[in-house]
Amino acid sequence: MNVTLQVWRQKNATAKGQMVKYEVKNISPDTSFLEMLDIVNQELIARDEDPIAFDHDCREGICGMCSLMINGMAHGPEHATTTCQLHMRSFKDGDTIYVEPWRARSFPVLKDLIVDRGAFDRIIAAGGYISVSTGSAPEANVIPVPKENSDLAMDAAACIACGACVAACPNASAMLFTAAKVSHLALLPQGQPERHKRVIDMVRQMDDEGFGHCTNIGECSIACPKEISMDFISMLNRELIKATATNKE
Amino acid sequence: MATDTQQRPATTEVGGRRSMGFESTLDAQIPPGPLQDKWDTHRFKMKLVNPANKRKYTVIMVGSGLGGASAAASLAELGYKVKCFCYQDSPRRAHSIAAQGGINAAKNYRNDGDSIFRLFYDTIKGGDFRAREANVYRLAQVSVNIIDQCVAQGVPFAREYGGQLDNRSFGGAQVSRTFYARGQTGQQLLLGAYQQLERQIGLGNVEMDTRTEMLDLVVVNGRAKGIITRDMVTGKIEAHAGDAVVLATGGYGNVFHLSTNAKGSNTTAIWRAHRKGAFFGNPCYTQIHPTCIPVSGEHQSKLTLMSESLRNDGRVWVPKRPGDTRPPHEIPEAERDYYLERKYPSFGNLAPRDISSRSAKEACDAGLGVGPGGLGVYLDFADAIQRLGVAKIRERYGNLFDMYQRITAENPYEVPMRIYPAVHYTMGGLWVDYNLMSTIPGLFVIGEANFSDHGANRLGASALMQGLADGYFVLPNTIGDYLAQVKPGDYNLAGDEFRQVQEDVSERTNRLMSIKGKRSVDSFHRELGRIMWDECGMARNEQGLKRALEQIPELRAEFWENVRVTGEATNINQELEKAGRVADFLELGELMCLDALHRTESCGGHFREESQTEEGEALRDDDHFAYVAAWEFRGLNQQPVLHREPLSFENVQLAQRSYK
Repeated sequence: MNVTLQVWRQKNATAKGQMVKYEVKNISPDTSFLEMLDIVNQELIARDEDPIAFDHDCREGICGMCSLMINGMAHGPEHATTTCQLHMRSFKDGDTIYVEPWRARSFPVLKDLIVDRGAFDRIIAAGGYISVSTGSAPEANVIPVPKENSDLAMDAAACIACGACVAACPNASAMLFTAAKVSHLALLPQGQPERHKRVIDMVRQMDDEGFGHCTNIGECSIACPKEISMDFISMLNRELIKATATNKE
Repeated sequence: MATDTQQRPATTEVGGRRSMGFESTLDAQIPPGPLQDKWDTHRFKMKLVNPANKRKYTVIMVGSGLGGASAAASLAELGYKVKCFCYQDSPRRAHSIAAQGGINAAKNYRNDGDSIFRLFYDTIKGGDFRAREANVYRLAQVSVNIIDQCVAQGVPFAREYGGQLDNRSFGGAQVSRTFYARGQTGQQLLLGAYQQLERQIGLGNVEMDTRTEMLDLVVVNGRAKGIITRDMVTGKIEAHAGDAVVLATGGYGNVFHLSTNAKGSNTTAIWRAHRKGAFFGNPCYTQIHPTCIPVSGEHQSKLTLMSESLRNDGRVWVPKRPGDTRPPHEIPEAERDYYLERKYPSFGNLAPRDISSRSAKEACDAGLGVGPGGLGVYLDFADAIQRLGVAKIRERYGNLFDMYQRITAENPYEVPMRIYPAVHYTMGGLWVDYNLMSTIPGLFVIGEANFSDHGANRLGASALMQGLADGYFVLPNTIGDYLAQVKPGDYNLAGDEFRQVQEDVSERTNRLMSIKGKRSVDSFHRELGRIMWDECGMARNEQGLKRALEQIPELRAEFWENVRVTGEATNINQELEKAGRVADFLELGELMCLDALHRTESCGGHFREESQTEEGEALRDDDHFAYVAAWEFRGLNQQPVLHREPLSFENVQLAQRSYK
C-alpha cells in the first residue's frame, strides 16, 4: 500500500517546526507504524538527510516510550493500542497521515516527534510510592488484600506513563496519570499510612508542572492505551477532599 | 582462532600461551562452610561502613531496570550518595518492564513440596549444571524476601478470594512457586522499584540522569572510579566519578538484531568495561525463548514474546505430515503431533525453554512447520477453552491474546496461535565473584548484565528474581565490604585518566560521524544478526562458527569504512546512538562465536550439533567443560585469553538432565 505522510519536523527545542510531506510506497499492511517510519528513515539516510526522530523502545506496548499524535489521535485510531502496536492495516491505501508530537506545555518538544515527559517522574517523586526501605517488609501473606481491591489496584497500576492522556486532553491535564497512581496505592492496605499526604503532594506537584485542570471531558480515558478508567479521577477527587479536610499541615 | 576444537581444554593453547589444566583459574571468593550457612557467614565476616561515613561515598549506577533501580534505591536508603543513569527518558522504561509471566520464590504457599533447596536444585538443573552452587543457593534464599518487599511496596500481585497471594506453575518446575501480576509482572515489579528510586530522588539522595548513555569506563590505578557519558539531547560528552561503579545494563540479545529485547538494549556498557579489563563470562550462552510471534516479513524490527505461562494451558503441536497446508481445525487429532507431550511425558508442554525451542526448530527443519515460510508451530487453546470456558482463559491470558491479535490480526480464541523461538535472554555477561564484583576492583555487575546464577539456561520467572535479589539484597551488602576498604572521594575528575578516556570517547564519536559511507547502521546490524542467528543460534557447529569468525571481522572492517551516520553529534541523533552500539555488537559477536567454538559440548541453550545423544538431546561433557569460561580482552584482532573458573558440585549430583 501507498500512503502520504505529513510529519512534524523540528530541529531542536528552540527551533521553529513545520509539517513536511513524505510519500511512502509499497508498504506491507503487516508492517507496524513504527516499522513504516523505520523504512522512511532508511530512505532519508540513503538521501543523506536527517531521519525523523521519534521515541520508542520495547515495541510491545508496555514501556510507554512511544507516543505520536496520528491524525489528531493519541497513539492513532485503534482502541487500547500504543503506536508501536499499531499496524498499517489500520489505514487505507492512498491515505494521508498526519504525524505530530504530543502537544502540551508541560511536555516541551526536544526534536521532531520527541518530547520531554520528565514532569511525570517528578509527580511520582513527590509521593507516588509507599515508603518502605529494603529489609523492613513483613511476611507477604501477613497483609491479606481482598481480591476485588487487588484487581482494581492492578487496573490502575497498568498505566504506562506514555502521556497520551495529557496529549488528548483539551486542557493538557495530567489528572488521569496522577489519579491512576493515587488510586492504586490508596486501594491497598499498605498504602494507608501515607494516603493523605500522598494525594496532596502529588496534586501539588502536578499543578506546579503547569498541567491544565481537569474538567471531566473524558478524552484521556478514551485515548489511554491501557484503558485506565475515569473512575480513578473521581477516586482522586474524593481522596483529595478527605485529605484536605483532615490535613494537619 | 588458536583454539583447536579437537583438543580438550586441558591442553588448549589460548592467547599464545600454553594454559595447563586449571592453572589459570579464577577465584570466585566463595565463602567456606556448608551451603546453607555461606551467605550468613559471609555477611558476618564482611567489613561494614559506619552509618555516618556512608554519605561520603558515591556509587555510580548505570541502568535503572529491576537490578539498577532496586540497587540505587537500596543504596540510597543505606545513606550512600548515588548517581544513576539510563538511556531512556525515564527510569521506568527499562526493559525489565516487558517481563510478563512472573517471579519465582520458595515460599511453599501451595504446600506442594517446595523449599529453598528445591528452588536451588531446579535452578542448578535447569541451568544444565553450569552455574555456581553458592550463588544459586543464595538466590533461592533471598527469593522469599523479595516477595515480602514487593508486597510491602504495593505491587498488586494476583490474589485469591481469601486475600492471600496466588501462584502458578512455570516451565522447568513441578511445583507452583511463581507469583504474578496478570501478564505484567515485570512492569509491576519494576514500577515498585522505580517508585522507591523516585522516592530517593525526591529526597535528594539519588541524582538521576535520564537520556544519558555510558560510553566508557574509567579505571584509575586498577580500580573502577568513573564513567564517561554522552548526553543524548545535547551530545555533550561528560565524566562522572565515584568510589564504585555498578553496571546494571541488561543483556546483549540484540547482537542478533531481531530479539525480544527493547530496540535500545545494548552491550556497550559491559563491552567497554570488558575492553578495560573485566572478564566476559560464558558469552555464548543465549536463551532462545520458545513462545514468540513468528517473523512476518523483511520489515520486522523486533520480535514479540508471548509469556511462557501460556504453556500451562496451551498445547503445542504440528501436523504429522510434512507440507500439510490444511487449516488447523481441519486436521484431525490423529494427524497431529503433540511433540512435547510425546517426547517429555512428565513435563509435557512445560518442558524448559531450551528444550522446547530446539524441539520447535527440529519440527520446522523436518518440514512440519506452519504459517508463512513454515517457521511456526501451533499453540492451541481449544482443549483448555472447552475445559475451563472462554471467560477463565480470558481472565488468565486476556492481555496476551489481545496482543497476539493486534500483531497478527488472528483471533487466538478461535484459531491456534502460531509461535516460533526467538532470542530472548543472555545468560552470559561480565564475570563476577560471589560479591558480584568483576575482575576490575570496584566494578560491580548485577542482573542480566552479569553471567551468574542461570548457568547455560535460565528457567522462566527466574530473571526477575535474580535482578531483584542482586539489587535489593546482595549488592547493598557486598558493595559495603569493598567501600570499607577504600578511601572515600579518592579520585580526581580533572586527572589524566579521566581526561584521556573522555578524549577517546570524543574521538570515537567524531570518527563515526566522519566516515560518511554508503551503508546505514541498520543494514550492518541486520547482516550481523543474520550471521549470528545462522551460525551461533539454536544449533551450532564447528564449520558454521568458523565461517562466522571469518565473516564478522570483515563486516566490522567494512563498518568502519562504509557506515553512514547522518545528522550532528551535538543534537539528538538516534543514528549516532545506534552506530556506537552496533560497533560494539560487531566486536562482541566474534567473542560469542569463539566461546561457542571452544565449548565442544552441548549444555542448556548452547547446542553443539557434534555433541548430542542418540535421541538428539544435548550431551554435556562434564569431564572437560564443568567450568565457567571467562575471557580476557587483549586488544582488537588479538586472541583473547581464556580463564577458567572450575565448577564443583558438592550438594547436587551431576546428572544428564531429563524431563521425560
